[in-house]
Amino acid sequence: MAMTMHVDIVSAEQEIFSGTAEMVLAPAAMGEVGIMPRHTQMLTPLKPGEVRVTKEGGEQEFFYVSGGIMEVQPHVVTVLSDTAVRATDLDEAAAMEAKKDAEQAMKDRDSEMDYAKAEAELAQAVAQLRMIKKVRKNLGS
Amino acid sequence: MASGKEIRTQIKSIKNTQKITRAMEMVAASKMRKAQDRMQASRPYANKMHNVIHHLAYAHPEYQHPYLLQRENPQRIGYIIISSDRGLCGGLNNNLFKETLADMRQWRDQGCEIDLCTIGQKSSQFFKRFGSMKAQATHLGDAPGIADLIGTVKVMLDAYDNGEIDRLFIVYNEFVNTMTQKPIVEQLMPVVPAKEEKELAYHWDYIYEPDAKVVLDGLMVRYIESLVYQGVVENIACEMAARMVAMKSASDNAGDLIGDLELAYNKARQAAITQELSEIVAGAAAV
Repeated sequence: MAMTMHVDIVSAEQEIFSGTAEMVLAPAAMGEVGIMPRHTQMLTPLKPGEVRVTKEGGEQEFFYVSGGIMEVQPHVVTVLSDTAVRATDLDEAAAMEAKKDAEQAMKDRDSEMDYAKAEAELAQAVAQLRMIKKVRKNLGS
Repeated sequence: MASGKEIRTQIKSIKNTQKITRAMEMVAASKMRKAQDRMQASRPYANKMHNVIHHLAYAHPEYQHPYLLQRENPQRIGYIIISSDRGLCGGLNNNLFKETLADMRQWRDQGCEIDLCTIGQKSSQFFKRFGSMKAQATHLGDAPGIADLIGTVKVMLDAYDNGEIDRLFIVYNEFVNTMTQKPIVEQLMPVVPAKEEKELAYHWDYIYEPDAKVVLDGLMVRYIESLVYQGVVENIACEMAARMVAMKSASDNAGDLIGDLELAYNKARQAAITQELSEIVAGAAAV
C-alpha cells in the first residue's frame, strides 16, 4: 500500500477538504510543487490556481484556490486558502477607506453632541407639556 | 381607577409591542443558528493557522518576525473593539465596553496612550469620545467576509510596524452558550505562542519559498486577520443570542402586563355593571 499523508484545505470561511492523500500538487509562488509523504517541512505562499489532491487509490480531486499559504509537515499538508483577492495596493485602498471612515466618525462627534443636546431638550419640553396638561385637567374637573 | 376604555387601548398597544418583540425573538433565533454554523465553519482555518504558528515557535527560523518579538515598556496600546451594529441585545455591548474601559485604565495608569480601531456601529459611537480612533468598520451585516476586515486590520498592523503602537489587543464577546456571553480582552500582538512543555529534541526549520521574510509576513498578517475574523463571527453569534434572550424576556414581561391589565379591566367592567344594576333597582324601588 502506498504511503499516505493527511491533507487539509481550509479557507477562513469554511473547510474545503480534509482527508488522506498520496500526493498533493499545488501552485507555489516559485512554481508548481508536488508534495509526497515525508516531505521535509516547508512554508510557501500559493498563487491563484488549482490544488490537485491524489487520494488513496489514485482518484484525483481538484480545488481552486485564489492564493494562500501552504504548510508542509512530514505527514500533514495544510493549505490555508484565501477567500479575498489579495494585492498590496488593494489592501492599501481598503486601509485608506477604514481610516477615512474613522476620521469621519470623529468629525461627526460634534453633530452627535448636538443631537444628544437636542434630545435632552426635547425630553424636557415633553415633560413640561405633560405637566401643563395635567394642571389643565385638574382645573377643568 | 382608569376607565374601561383606557385600559382596553393600553392592552391593545402592549399586545402590538409583544407581537414585535416575539417576531424579533424568532428572527434572532434563526439568525443565531446561522451565525453559529458560520462560527463552526471558520474554526478549522483558525485552528490550522494556530497550529502553523505553533510549529513556527518550535522551528528555529533564521528570520525573526517583528510580530513574534516582545517589546519592553509599551508606550502606546492599540485596541480592536468588536461590537454589534444594532442595539436591543441586552447588556451585551455595555458589558464589553465596561470590560474594555477597565483594561484601558490599567494601561493608562502605567502612562500608556491608547489608539482604537472599532468594528461595529455601537463601539464606534461609544468610543469616539475616548481616544484617537485609527480605523473603523461598520455595517458588516450578518455574514461578513474576511475581505471586509482587511483594511481595518491593516491600519493597526501598519501602526504596529511603524512603532506607533507597541501592543495590540482585541476585544469581543465569546460565545459560551445561548444564555452566556463572555467579554474577552486578548493580546493579538506581539503574538504569544502557546508553548507546550515538550521541546523537540532536534533543531529543524522550514524550507521557505521564496524566502523567510516574504512567507512569514504573509502568514502573520493572515493569522491576525483570521483571529479578528473569528472574533467578529463569534460576536455576531453572541449578538443574536443576546437579542433572542432580551426579546424573550420582553415578550414575557408584556404577557405579565397584559394579564394584570386584563384583571383590572374586568374588575372595572364588573364594578360598572354592579353600579348600573343597583341604580336600576334603586330606581324601580322609588317608583
